[in-house]
Amino acid sequence: MTKLRHWLGTSDLAGIALLALLVFVVMPLSTDIFRLNLIGKYLTYAFVAVGLVMLWGYGGILSLGQGVFFGLGGYCMAMFLKLEASDPISTKIQSTPGIPDFMDWNQITALPTWWEPFRHLPFAILALLVIPTLLAFIVGFAMFKRRVGGVYFAIITQAVALILTVLIIGQQGYTGGVNGMTDLKTMLGWDIRTDSARYILYFVNAILLFAAIFACRAIQKSKLGTLMLAMRDKEDRVRFSGYDVANFKVFVFCLAAMLCGIGGAMFSLQVGFMSPSFVGIVPSIEMVIFAAVGGRMSLVGAVFGTLLVNFGKTYFSESFPQLWLFLMAALFIGVVMAFPNGLAGLFEDYVKPWLLRTRAKQPDVPPAEPVVEETTRSVASRTGDSVEPLPAPTAGRLGPAVA
Amino acid sequence: MTASELWNIVLMQGFAGLSLFSVLLLMGLGLAIIFGQMGVINMAHGEFMTIGAYTIFLISSLVETYAPGLMPYYFLIAIGVAFVLAFGAGWLAEWALIRHLYKRPLDTLLATWGLSLGMQQTFRSIFGAKEVSPTLPEWLMGSWSPAEGLDIPINGMFVMALTLLVTGGVFLMLYRSRWGLRVRATVANRTMANAIGINTRKTDRMTFAIGCGIAGVAGAAFTTIGSTGPTSGSLYIVDAFLVVTFGGAASLFGTVASAFGIAQAQSITEFFLNGSMAKVITLLAIVTILMIRPQGLFALKVRR
Repeated sequence: MTKLRHWLGTSDLAGIALLALLVFVVMPLSTDIFRLNLIGKYLTYAFVAVGLVMLWGYGGILSLGQGVFFGLGGYCMAMFLKLEASDPISTKIQSTPGIPDFMDWNQITALPTWWEPFRHLPFAILALLVIPTLLAFIVGFAMFKRRVGGVYFAIITQAVALILTVLIIGQQGYTGGVNGMTDLKTMLGWDIRTDSARYILYFVNAILLFAAIFACRAIQKSKLGTLMLAMRDKEDRVRFSGYDVANFKVFVFCLAAMLCGIGGAMFSLQVGFMSPSFVGIVPSIEMVIFAAVGGRMSLVGAVFGTLLVNFGKTYFSESFPQLWLFLMAALFIGVVMAFPNGLAGLFEDYVKPWLLRTRAKQPDVPPAEPVVEETTRSVASRTGDSVEPLPAPTAGRLGPAVA
Repeated sequence: MTASELWNIVLMQGFAGLSLFSVLLLMGLGLAIIFGQMGVINMAHGEFMTIGAYTIFLISSLVETYAPGLMPYYFLIAIGVAFVLAFGAGWLAEWALIRHLYKRPLDTLLATWGLSLGMQQTFRSIFGAKEVSPTLPEWLMGSWSPAEGLDIPINGMFVMALTLLVTGGVFLMLYRSRWGLRVRATVANRTMANAIGINTRKTDRMTFAIGCGIAGVAGAAFTTIGSTGPTSGSLYIVDAFLVVTFGGAASLFGTVASAFGIAQAQSITEFFLNGSMAKVITLLAIVTILMIRPQGLFALKVRR
């Protein structure tokens, strides 16, 4: 236990425990399956948010095209489900039975060859992991090796999101167009629309999400995580120390893309459809705000942020549709101007010192953390070890000797 | 098909390309100033254009109800008003938002995206969700046919002329005025510009506001081509950014050249393929070229 505590950092452990309690116990017990399914949908976005914490918070790279990877993963899964849903018997009223309905509507008479492999689940799972990662690798490799970053990278990823949306909508016969792929019914004969299936999918999704959080945490705690932070803060210094910065950036971009792909696939399974409205620029930027609200440095915070924003969205767009966009606008501006570290930052800045103060009344515990230089403090709070303020990223800390 | 018919197709196709070119350029010009010169990612750029478009709509309805005699003349004045309103909005946005975020470009991006959402909802609350279009003066409608079988729409020519005017104006202002000198000095070296007595904060605000004003003019011009809705600004934003980035961010000439290149590429591919595939191919080409040459077509030769 102490080892685990040390590994995660105390505040992180509390956050993860709280989240686990909420996701595994409180929510399944307190809501009906309809709401739980909705929460499951939000939790698929949380994969994107977790990926963005790694990419944006740790890597310092802002991608405005995460929806692309979410969509690719979702479409890979949806293609498999769609093929299974359109077997010759249930589609016998079509002029060409055995192909997805939207193909039939678009006068396509045979299944395109690139659809064929998606009849097999292992291929679909492989594809939903590999295709987003591969695209991220191509884009990332081309950009980061030429030292394109920051704003330009954001614009390019946005263009990629636009391209994919236009392509999906334009190639209606092969992709289902604006409506996307609907009426997904079974996976290997297992009806995914029943309540029991939805419960199972919800828990599978939640377990995968926690696995993703732990994996990302492991990366953060490793030398790679420290290097990523250093790279974000002083890229040139890391480069001068002999590291190829581009490789780390490509890695973290691919990681984030793969997480998005998993999230998208779980989305298709739980919600039962996939459409270009989750691919474009607007959803991609919205996903960034999930991570920003939760705290771009905190994996658990990002999940909380995702849940909070989506609950807000559902509630307000049902009750006060007029107000929602204003609220969203205020959220974007407020988070950036006032709380750059989001909910997790608020916790670190206000709740934690308060907790420490209350504990400090007992004589032997040190008082609130000392005021240290800004960069140092943020490094410390990020790794969760507020007791051990790290020095600014220096060669000594990063050197291979430490590993 | 006879030779003259073919020639007409070529001419009209060429005109379509030129027309798209002027649209892209007009969109890109304001952004070239804000993004290219100042390095601020203004995601609300499209909404400043929408301000201009709604201004035209508002003035046209007012004139139509209260002074129908002025219908032929209102458009030119309304463009001026559109500039002033968008300028004012830009000034305000810079003061309230942008100036706090100059050191954090990625955060500016998110904040201005929030601003754009707020502006869209404001438009929706005021003007309704439906798309509107102003009543245009007579002389902007119809088309000009200098020869048999050749139709050149007048509104396209109007947008082209306006683009020429605005581009010329921006070039003059940037390279022949005190303001332009200050802007270029600030871009080249902010600290040094400050040291020699240029009020860089004031320059920033003025620059941002002028960029927004030009966006307003662009929006006003687009009402002659299409209708305006609360979210029509967001349709332009990626295109505008690509035009500026592709041209090489800090180079105004690059913006002109890239707008021309993109417009021609798109209208030619559009002739052979359907619209969405043409768009995909053009965008793919731009992204590929930007990956190979990230600094854009015309990079400014500065030491970094």
